[in-house]
Parts: sequence; structure tokens; C-alpha cells
Amino acid sequence: MESTARDFNDNVDHALADPNLQDSLSKLKVGFSERRRQAAERLPEFEALRDRARDIKNHALANLDFYLEEFERKVLALGGHVHWAPTAADARRIIGELCQSAGARTVAKSKSMVAEEIALNEHLEALGIAPIETDLGEYIIQLRHEPPSHIIAPAVHLTKDQVADTFLEHHARLGFTRRLTERNDLVAEARQVLRQKFLDADVGLTGANFLVAETGSSMLVTNEGNADLSNTLPRMHIVLASIEKVIPTLEDAAVLLRVLARSATGQESSAYTTLNTGPKREGDLDGPEHYHVVILDNGRSAVLGTEMQEILRCIRCGACMNHCPVYGAIGGHAYGWVYPGPLGAVLTPQLIGVEEAGNLPNASTFCGRCESVCPVRIPLPKLMRHWREREFERHLTPTAVRQGLALWSFVARRPRLYRRLTSLANRVLALFGRAEGRYRALPLASGWTRFRDLPAPPAGGTFHTQWKKRRT
Amino acid sequence: MSEAPTTARAQILNGIRRSLRRGEISGEQRQAALARLARPPLGPTVARAQLAQPEKVALFCQWAETNNATVARVAAPDVAAEVVSFLARNNLPARAAMAPSPLLADYDWAAQKMLSLRRGRGEGGDQVSITGAFAGIAETGTLVMASGPDHPVTLNLLPDTHIVVIRESDIVGGYEDVWRRLRERYGKDHMPRTINTITGPSRTGEIEQAMELGAHGPRRMHIVVVRG
Repeated sequence: MESTARDFNDNVDHALADPNLQDSLSKLKVGFSERRRQAAERLPEFEALRDRARDIKNHALANLDFYLEEFERKVLALGGHVHWAPTAADARRIIGELCQSAGARTVAKSKSMVAEEIALNEHLEALGIAPIETDLGEYIIQLRHEPPSHIIAPAVHLTKDQVADTFLEHHARLGFTRRLTERNDLVAEARQVLRQKFLDADVGLTGANFLVAETGSSMLVTNEGNADLSNTLPRMHIVLASIEKVIPTLEDAAVLLRVLARSATGQESSAYTTLNTGPKREGDLDGPEHYHVVILDNGRSAVLGTEMQEILRCIRCGACMNHCPVYGAIGGHAYGWVYPGPLGAVLTPQLIGVEEAGNLPNASTFCGRCESVCPVRIPLPKLMRHWREREFERHLTPTAVRQGLALWSFVARRPRLYRRLTSLANRVLALFGRAEGRYRALPLASGWTRFRDLPAPPAGGTFHTQWKKRRT
Repeated sequence: MSEAPTTARAQILNGIRRSLRRGEISGEQRQAALARLARPPLGPTVARAQLAQPEKVALFCQWAETNNATVARVAAPDVAAEVVSFLARNNLPARAAMAPSPLLADYDWAAQKMLSLRRGRGEGGDQVSITGAFAGIAETGTLVMASGPDHPVTLNLLPDTHIVVIRESDIVGGYEDVWRRLRERYGKDHMPRTINTITGPSRTGEIEQAMELGAHGPRRMHIVVVRG
């Protein structure tokens, strides 16, 4: 996917001015996050499970090469194939060749963020193969030619009415000419349209939530059942997964599953959790004849052993974005690439470069909610701070910010000058309407005051003068 | 076609080792990883499913209903009649695709003259399927289906209505109990091709985060729990 992360500031302006987006985002606060809180409260062991989940992923990362090789050994023993893709281009090429070898015209795809990361759909289309997104949210945004705006709810930025318009526009030629107004009717229509596509597809492509080294199984968690149809009906099943998805055992999977669904949607369990191990067996009446796993690195192995390693624990639940006030205000598209929210602010600079995505780690107030809900306890604010430091070290910060910081540090290291200047500034600020309790406009702060008033501190001098007064 | 060029494989594995500042794992670290695979350690115990068998069954039923399935608890001789009655209550045709499973063979389907059964895999137009289950998980009201010649996966997914017949004795506490049973049945290193764990009917929260039932899989799930 083409990145627009560089245009983050413009993206934000558009997002804030989009009434449909703001309407959709207003539902996030009472949707996923409230349900997550209730689910966590219902399970007394939730915090202990989070600790264990963190430890499992840390152990898997420390032994990543070993578990990947074990996983491969098991897959091969059961008649499956494993392909190693160091880069996105390698993964695209491998999957394209596999689809061609199956004589594929259509590929039923189950939502995969890694497939978005490697821009797989564009590649398949160029080969004359039609990728069909089957997750309802992905299907909607595929019709609209939009990228996903959330990692577990790709169409979360859309209202029901927008979905209704999209369906009418695209389904009318299939005979669905009535504009629908109820959610369940929209779901039923999509089910009908996609059912035939499942039955016709030559290849099913899914991601994986986990790869289990012990058994050579790929594990998929969904609510709709689309991933299961994708890995059951077509002749070939291709699993696309990045290296950090491997975990040691089924017991480890049980721990991770318990925190995944609760953190993501607040469900006790997702409707479907599926383990696939190799191709169709002798005597089976259904299932794919060919089973391939494509293991993608794409820069991840280089993160191991660095201060950013902890981001590789991520199990892609989306809780960090559901609870992020910045994501809640601007939605996912503003982040400009595949992974939005605090996860994206840390991962995107890693995957596409801090030159391109250096703005993202700055889009945080460091309020810490993301870290407080992360099921594998990733210290997201700390990792964002690392990026800010690297951005500064590499002179990628805008000149105005650098000069401002340099000026501030010059003044801050000279206490007498600092006091005189702040006292002067304090008196100047009084002229701008402190009496009203808020500022409508301030020099150098129009970025704030263009959209809202800035609350004014109470009168009584600078912090220093007030502090002095109170101590005596 | 490219069959996993060894160079790409080595590139990734060596990249990992270089980043972790070590070669292939060896000695104690290797022994620990091998031991973990051989004897997987358990995570924290979830207390709510640590119950005697009758309470486990009750908890399973409670969570299954919370997750939008319907549940009937009957004795073995009444299973077939309950299925027919369920279909009638919901205005569904007395016609179903059934798993060719020994788990279902003992029930008196023949006594239900109105019921027409086709044994085999699921097809796109099936309205109703009837299957057994490898296990039920009390902790979340989840059903576990193991694929094989006697249980085609398509029966779990394609029909509008999925009727599952499960014996009380197959209901266990949590996932860990299922893994143990799988290893006992299929061997430590030999999983069935597909394990579907299913919690209620198919659903989606994609439109405005409101859960709607019946996305791609069954819209309705009825669980017949067999006493004894």
C-alpha cells in the first residue's frame, strides 16, 4: 500500500472536518472499549493472563529461529509447503506464482493486514487474478477502493448509510436494487453476494493469528466464518504470516486466545477459532488439496535485539487504537499506511522508514491508555519516545521545532533569564483575554486556537512567583 | 514455481540470529525449548471452569446461550425427536445434511419418518446440517469440531442452521482439556487437518460495531446436549 504518512498533518485536517468519520468515531468510545472493560472485569485471571501472554511472546521471540524451523518441519511432515519471503516483493512473487500454478482466476481472501502490508491485491490484479475480500469490512472498503482504517474493523470509519449507498451502487447490477436501511439486511445481502464467490474461488488466502510450532498449525480467529470458508472450499489454501506470529505450543495459544478476543471486541471468545494443519487428508470429503505457508520477514528480524523489539509481541487486537484519544479523533486513514493508532506509530516508521513516517510517533499525548490495555503489555509510549529521539538525532524534526526547542533549552538553563521572560510573557498574555478565563487567539498557537479556545490559567503570576508566595 | 529457495530461508533465519547476537540455539536454551514442545507448560488456571462435571455442563449451556446459541438437554432416545421438533418450531424444512459420524449413529433417526437425511459434506444450498462434536468447552460455551471423513468441515460452515449433538461426557473445562484429548485421540504430533472451535452462530461487528448474526457461517446454532 502506498504510504501517505508524510502528509499526516493534512490528513488530520481532513479527518477532523469529515462529519461521517466523526460520527463513526464517536461510537468507538462506547463500543469496543467499554465492552473490553466489562470482559476484563468478568475474568479475575485477566491480569495474570496478560503477564503470561507477554512472557510467552518474549520466549518465542528469543527463540524465534528455532520455533520457525520446528513449525516448518511439522508442516512439511503433513504434506504442506513452507515458503520464506525476506521482503514484501518476495512474498508477492511467491503468492503470484502459487496462484498461477493453481490456474487461479479468483482468490477468496480473508482479512490479512500482512497482505495489505505487501500490497498483494494490486499485484494479483496485475497478473489478471481477481482478489475477493470476504471479511465484511474489507469487502465494503474494497468496493469503495479505500484502505482499511482499523486492523480488526477495517470499515469502522463508515456509517451504515454510507455502506447502504455503496451496496446499492455495486449490487444493483446483481439484481439487488433496493436501498437497505437495516444493518441485518446489509449483512444478509453481502452474505448472498459473497457465497457464490466462495464457491467459485480457486485459491483461498488467509493470514494467521498464530503459527503453532508444536503441531505445524496455522491459527485463525474470526467472527464471520469467512476465513474458514476461504480455507475449506478452494483447491489451494495459502497462509501468509509474518515471522513473529510463531508461538511454541497449543497451551500457549490458549493463553493468547483468552486475552485476544477480550482485548479486541470484549467478547469472551470469537465465534470461530480454527487450526489448520496441512492439506486435505485421505478420505476427507472437503478441504484444500494444497496447503502453503508463506513466512514474511519484511524488516522484522532487524527489530530483534533492539530497543524496539517489544513491538514484535503485538497480537494485533486493536485495543491500543480503540483506547487512543488521538485515533478516536482522527481515525485510521490519517496515519497514512496499513497500521494505525499507537501500534502504527511504532511499527510504521520501522517498516517504511522514519523519514516517511516520522510524524506518527509525535501523534500522541503519552496519556498511556494504550499501554494500560495492551494484552501483551507493550510499553507503546516508551517506544514512541524512542522514535522521537531518533527523529531528532537524525535531524528529521522540522526546523521551527528544532529552533524552538533550542531556544527553550537555552532559556531554561538560565534561571534568572527564564524568570524574567516568563513574568513578561505572563503580563503579555493578560492582554489576550485572560479575564474571560480562556484565549480565543494567541500568537504562535493558532494551531490550537483556530479550532478551540485555550483555557487560561488563573491570575496570580507565574508558577515560580506563586510557588514562592505559598512557601512563605 | 519457486519451492522455498534455501537462500531466502537462510537469509531470514541468519538475520534473526544476527539480531539476537547468537548462532543456532544450543545447550540449555535448546533443551528448554525442546522440553517446552514435548511437555507444554500450562498458563494461569481459569477458575470458573474448574467444576464437577454436572456444573461444567451447566456452565457450557449458560455460555452457549449467552453467545446466541439455543440449547436443549435431552436423553439419548429423544435426540432425533428433539431435532425434528426444533426444525418444526423454527419453520425449517425437515431435511438436513448429516455428518457420516459414528457419534450420531446411535440415535433413532429412522423413527422420525418426516425427517429426510443426506449423509455427506455440506453444499452451498443446504439449509440445515447435523453434526456431532469432538468436545465442548464450558469456560466459553464453545464447540470443538475435528475434521475427518466422518466430519466434513463444510457442514460447520455452509448451512443456515447448524444443529450439534454433543454428549455431556464430552464437555470439558477449558482449551487445555481439549488439547489433551486431541493428543490422546490423534497422537502428540498428528492434528486433524482442521479443528474448528465455534462459539455460537456466525456474526459480524463490521457495521457501526453492532453485532449482527449470520455473516458467512450459520445464522442459527442449536445444541442438543445428550444426558448421561
